[in-house]
Amino acid sequence: MKKYKWLVPTLYIIFLMLPIYWLINMSFKTTTEIINTYSLWPQKFTIENYVKIFTDSTWYMGYINSITYTVFNTVISVAAALPAAYAFSRYKFLGDKHLFFWLLTNRMAPPAVFALPFFQFYSSVNLFDTHIAVALSHCLFNIPLAVWILEGFMSAVPKELDETAYVDGYSFGRFFFKIFVPTIAAGIGITMFFCFMFSWVELLLAKTLTATAAKPIAATMTRTASTSGYELGLLAAAGTLTIIPGAIVIYFVKNYIAKGFAMGRV
Amino acid sequence: MNKTINQKAWYFVIPVFVLVAFNAAIPLMTVVNYSFQETFGNNVFAWEGTRWFKQILLSERFHASLGRQFAFTFIILLIQIPLGIAIALTMPKKGWGVPICLILMSMPLLIPWNVVGAMWNIFALPDIGFLGHSLNAIGFDYNFTQQPGDAWFTTILMDVWHWTSLVVLLSYAGLNSIQPAYYQAAEIDGASRWATFRYIELPKMKKVLTLAILLRFMDSFMIYTEPFVLTGGGPGNTTAFLSIDLVKMALGQFDLGPAAAMSLIYFFIVLLVCWVFYNLMMKNEAQS
Repeated sequence: MKKYKWLVPTLYIIFLMLPIYWLINMSFKTTTEIINTYSLWPQKFTIENYVKIFTDSTWYMGYINSITYTVFNTVISVAAALPAAYAFSRYKFLGDKHLFFWLLTNRMAPPAVFALPFFQFYSSVNLFDTHIAVALSHCLFNIPLAVWILEGFMSAVPKELDETAYVDGYSFGRFFFKIFVPTIAAGIGITMFFCFMFSWVELLLAKTLTATAAKPIAATMTRTASTSGYELGLLAAAGTLTIIPGAIVIYFVKNYIAKGFAMGRV
Repeated sequence: MNKTINQKAWYFVIPVFVLVAFNAAIPLMTVVNYSFQETFGNNVFAWEGTRWFKQILLSERFHASLGRQFAFTFIILLIQIPLGIAIALTMPKKGWGVPICLILMSMPLLIPWNVVGAMWNIFALPDIGFLGHSLNAIGFDYNFTQQPGDAWFTTILMDVWHWTSLVVLLSYAGLNSIQPAYYQAAEIDGASRWATFRYIELPKMKKVLTLAILLRFMDSFMIYTEPFVLTGGGPGNTTAFLSIDLVKMALGQFDLGPAAAMSLIYFFIVLLVCWVFYNLMMKNEAQS
């Protein structure tokens, strides 16, 4: 039995890779070939779909928009969550437990519930169709998540570290940025990874809050698919390209992923 | 850790509080507002009391989508949790296999949700998709765009593909935190593989598994984009889960009152289940 143990993860990975392979396979075919012939690999290999995406601004701007609001959101979420997580991990204060649960409830709120009110709210404050609107709306689920993960990492750091620093004459600000932040650098990295991930994959809010100027790539894809009658090759190429930022991010944090899940309680 | 009482800590929490309140409280108030009133456009409202709530709670459409939602979530948990544990148990613990497994298994988690839907759509189409084509080639009459059973099968398979890795990663992290001494002790006692799992590994994974179940419950209960792109809720309404039904009502038909009432009921159910889980989790943490 032990001998065949490797079979389970191997089969699972094959199962995971099959649809991805199929997408990549499609992206190198012309739409006519996709519709007319069934083949396991491209018969007439073409990079036309990719050329179209990189030369047409409605396509590549979608990527730039998505990356822009995702980065904004990651920075805002982590910056706001750092002091809050510190407070939760070090101090007791009035209503702290309720506040923590209230924060978590927002991670649990179905985005479908918020889509329409968000649209009305951001329209009324003139932020509709801006990157910052999407970045702010994603804070709804990313800030609670960031606080949750960071609190886990900070609680693992003994309080003696803080006390020693104060005895050594550090002010709070200097201690926090010079000593504390470097100590939990891995935790901050993990937090940024999760914020990036959840902001990158979310579509419902991003689509509701944008029209043209900040439209995410994912929304560009759905609209093209519905208006010009399924340009499958193009759709597949655009889809393949959305996998790449995620893959790059995973590569950099691979050693922290499992650890981050466990320590950060995510 | 013993924490000191310090009310000034609130200052640290203010940015988070403001940002989340800005995002949660104000839109939620809009929803509450709509749920008790009838809108005539141009900001004209008429008080409706609990009419929308009664209408939703008594409507067959809501019962049907709620039923589908619970069935879906239940099946998802039933498949993904055991499967995730099994894969985590068989994963290599050290060596070159570890980063490969972690990277490849994390891939589905980082693909935008509508791309997941689109990817599975072209993967499962009976004429041009690998899955659909293969199933038909070996004699199944498979067509997820027309047969409700196939649509369910495809949606569930897609979700298993998309999210099982989350359970795997969590369980793997839990397993890695077990000291080798426990395994040595089990070996000396001559414990069977099953006993080792039941009395050492499972208790040690309790915390991360509660978390995995909680996360999988929340996310599968809120599922929208992937089935929307894959099946559009069809054929008919057979895969219209709560979120899909809600968006259809709010943005498609613009029935704001009933949609708002439904949102609140929906949110309340999620909250209730999560509250129970949260308390369980905190109790676990207090014990350990």
